[in-house]
Amino acid sequence: MRITCPICGPRDRREFYYQGAAVAIERPAPDAGAEVWDDYLHNRDNPAGETRDLWYHESGCAAWIVVTRDTNTHEVMGAELADDAKAERP
Amino acid sequence: MIELTARTPFDGLLPIEAGALRLSEAAPARMTSLAPYRGRDKALSEALKAAHGMAFPAPNRATGREGARAVWFGQRMALLIGPEPDAGLTEFAALTDQSDAWAVARLEGEGAAEALARLAPLDLREGAFKRGHTARTELGHMHASLTRISGESWRIMVFRAFARTLAHEMREAMQSVAARAGV
Ligand SMILES: [Zn+2]
Repeated sequence: MRITCPICGPRDRREFYYQGAAVAIERPAPDAGAEVWDDYLHNRDNPAGETRDLWYHESGCAAWIVVTRDTNTHEVMGAELADDAKAERP
Repeated sequence: MIELTARTPFDGLLPIEAGALRLSEAAPARMTSLAPYRGRDKALSEALKAAHGMAFPAPNRATGREGARAVWFGQRMALLIGPEPDAGLTEFAALTDQSDAWAVARLEGEGAAEALARLAPLDLREGAFKRGHTARTELGHMHASLTRISGESWRIMVFRAFARTLAHEMREAMQSVAARAGV
């Protein structure tokens, strides 16, 4: 499996550390309420199909990236810097 | 008063020779990481050019020359190797002295890329990884910085604590390349 780091280019999967669902960068407001925070901290989908995950280019450039991939086909559709992914959201 | 003896990271470990390959310790040099403040990337590159004669390197590239080099070192970071950094750079970037943090080796000889390819998951062939190209990557199980200095000459950096592991891993890779070459 290869992941194209937006900075370094296509690299072997072993250079990366897997963190989990990219929901982690959608941090709720401090006063969003217990239910929203509970959801953010503990509840994750388990999609068959497209999923967005956070990966860390650990032995590469040390950037956090959001990788979009398909859990059915193992296709990797794209990757963007977590910084950019976060900036796109309100 | 105790007399302490300064030791280089590869003291007693290098050089290693195998066939046409030779791994030796690089001469100790001042190494400073440059991390530009947000929005100051261009200004830093200009200041670097004025003070030390090289631009801030693009990802996967090194600029400068022997004695005064800037090696791309990760997301928005470069390592200045050689000169004492000009004080003016601090206006645009965070500077950190890393001189004693890294073990630096030089691999030379025909088959050098083949030996490194046994340890790093990269295409290191001449056409893909040219002179002046660099990468932060994995070497064995170590985080490393690899730079092709010239045709068959490479600069290899790992954290200082991994000096012995690097010497061990490289010895095996070099011997395996030499054995296949029949020398
Ligand atoms: Zn990267």
